[in-house]
Order: sequence, then C-alpha cells, then structure tokens
Amino acid sequence: MIRDFDSGDVVYLLLAARWTVALVVSATLCGGVLGFVVAIARVVPVAPVRWLAIGYINLIQGTPLLGQLFALFFALPLIGITVDAWSAALVCMSIYASAFLGEIWRSGLQSVHQRQWEAGASLGLTYRQQLGHVVIPQALRISVAPTVGFLVQLVKDTSLAALIGFVELTRASQIISSATFSPLTVYTTAAAIYFVICFSLSQLSQVLEGRLHVTR
Amino acid sequence: MNYNFKFSALLPYTDDIVQGALLTLYLSVVTMCIGLMIGGVVAVGRNSPVAGIRVAARVYVEALRNTPLLVQLFIVFFGLPTLGIRFGANAAAIVALSLNVGAYAAEIFRAGIESIHRSQVESGRSLGLTAYQTFRHVVLFQAVKAVYPALASQFVLLLLATSVVSSIGATELFHEAAFIESRTFRSFEVYALITLSYLVMTLAFRGLFAGIYWAAFVRRPAR
Repeated sequence: MIRDFDSGDVVYLLLAARWTVALVVSATLCGGVLGFVVAIARVVPVAPVRWLAIGYINLIQGTPLLGQLFALFFALPLIGITVDAWSAALVCMSIYASAFLGEIWRSGLQSVHQRQWEAGASLGLTYRQQLGHVVIPQALRISVAPTVGFLVQLVKDTSLAALIGFVELTRASQIISSATFSPLTVYTTAAAIYFVICFSLSQLSQVLEGRLHVTR
Repeated sequence: MNYNFKFSALLPYTDDIVQGALLTLYLSVVTMCIGLMIGGVVAVGRNSPVAGIRVAARVYVEALRNTPLLVQLFIVFFGLPTLGIRFGANAAAIVALSLNVGAYAAEIFRAGIESIHRSQVESGRSLGLTAYQTFRHVVLFQAVKAVYPALASQFVLLLLATSVVSSIGATELFHEAAFIESRTFRSFEVYALITLSYLVMTLAFRGLFAGIYWAAFVRRPAR
C-alpha cells in the first residue's frame, strides 16, 4: 500500500540527517589528524616524503570518491576485515578529507613567510620548535576559512555513502520515496535539509574569511 | 589474505571500458559547454539592474552549490516525472550535471568580472578605443586569464562527478564497472581498475590544461 508523505516522514529525514552530520564530524576528526600528517609531509625538507605525499594527494583528488568507496568496500574484506557500510564510509571519507585538508593546510603553512622560519632559526629554535611555535599558529588562522569551506563539500559528498547502503539523509529519502511514491517532495525536502546545513557553513566560512583578513 | 587477484578476468571487457570512458568524456565535455553558457547568463544576471533577476540568479547559485549532486540528480530523474517532465537516464544526467556546473561557472565568472578593475575599462576608453575594442583588446584577455585556472579545475571535478550518474543508470564508465562486476564477480579488481582509469584521465587533462595555460598566457604570442 502506498501512503502519503506526512510530517512523520520529515522527522524521519531529520533523524537520518543526524547520520550525515555524524559522518561529517567523524570524517573531519579522523581526516583532520591524517590531513595534518599529509600537510607536514608536504613541507618537510626530505624529498621522498614530499613525493609520497604528492602521490597520495594526486591519487585521492584524481579519482572519484564513488570509486574509492566501492573499491574500499570490496577491498577491506579481502584483507580479512569485514566492514559494514558505516565503517567503509567513515574510512573512505576520512581518507578523502585528509587529502583535501592536507592541501588546504599545506598552502596555509607555505603562505607563512620564509622569514618567519628564519627568524625562528636565528632565535635558536629547532626545526620542530619553529614549526610548532612560529609557523603552525599563523598557518592555522589562514586555514580556518577554507577548512570550513571544504566541510560544505564534505557534507554534500557524504550523500554518496547512500550508494553503498549507509542510511544517511540521501538513503533515507530513497527509502521514503519508494514508500510514499512522491519522489519530488521527498528529494526536495532532503535537498532543503542539506541546504540548511551547507548554507550555514558557507556563510560561516565567508564571515571567518572577512574577519581573519581584516586582522592580518 | 587468501585472495588471488585476477585482473586478467577483466580483459574480455576492454571494449566496454573504452566505451564507458568515451561516454564519460562526452558527458563531461557536453555538460561543461552547457554549464559555461548557463554560468555566463547567470553571472550577467547577478549584476543585473533589475532586483528580481539578481535575486533569482543568487537563489539558483546558492541552491545548486549547497545541495549534493546526487540529490539534484534524483530530483531531475525521479522527481520531475511526477510533473510530467520525463528524461531518459543519459538526458537526466546531462540536465542535472549542466545545472550543477552552471552554478559553479557563474561564481567563477563573477569573480573574474570583479577581478578586472574599472580603471582598465576607463583607460581603454580614454585612449579612444570603442567599447567593443576595449572589451576585445583590454578586458577579454585578462578576464579569460583570470577564470581559466578555476574553470580547468572545475572541469576535472566535473569529470570525477560524472561517476555519480551511474546511480540512475546512465551508461558511463562507472556504470560499466557495475556491469562487469555482475559478470565476473571480481568486485575489487573492477572498481580498482575503473577508479584508476579516472586518474589517468584527470592527470591527462591537468597536463593538457597546464600546457594550454602556458601556451596562451605565459609564453604570450606577439600580436
């Protein structure tokens, strides 16, 4: 029997949106840690490490996320790890986020002037101290706005997890759509929920960009 | 790990993979062209003296840029038929992708327009150039140079994004992956190979675009 799309379904979609948010937050945290390593690997004065990081970034940014999701979803069982859709999505989105965040933070690191490194060195700081006390604090300020901007992309990209069967907002709307047979209403509602999340983030990114620009 | 990788199982399907890749390229090029046209119109609309047009252009750009392509695709392919507008899978893919790229292209064009200082036009006019000559000899080159890198990377993003349209059954490269998987059951091999073939295409296009940029803007021909 086909029922109508009612307020209960909207609540169901909102509850499913929690999983979208959960996926974004977890992927940002895991991807952030990994991305930090990638960013540092891109600037260290050891050439092979830099090449490895460049190769990693090219591989992730040069292939479709959907392909990464499927390859990983089928690859992990081969090495004996049974994955549910959530773990596959989380691992994949984290790797994906790390490549982009790594590049954003790398450009933040490199936009800190060379003289800052030299000033640190002339004060007798070691390489690690220069990085930790002089360069990273300044790079962080520059990177905040583009990082929030990337989160918008990440929120939208979590919709692909629906295609490996992870029930987040998009998968939930597919389910409701087949139950109510009113795809236009259902998908428009889902789009509206995405819009609220993404638009808030992109506005936040713009505000941060303006604010951090003025103080520099 | 007791799995024997067997990439040779995919060999009989080389033709399908090539066909899929060609359709992916076709989809990317066609939607990029339509998207550029939409983007141009919308970018002009965002500077329109009519408030209604400005608002409409802004709403279009924000709505498309802040919702996932997959959901847009579902709205076009599953949603619009309830209003009596029907597309085949490939046509729906072109419609959704074009609308999506159009919004990004509009923003790129707008940034390009804003990057050219008003004094450039004024100095052109004060040298006695006509409005057309000012546009042709002063503005155009700078504008194209300003938007080119962003459009080039947008094209690469689009090429990757076309993989999403396989989910409504458009027969591009990623769709072939599902097809070959269903025949060979070599899931990992198929998806790894297909994913890497996108890498080949994106690297090739990045190289090509960098070459064009160098030829057109860095080693600027005498004219």
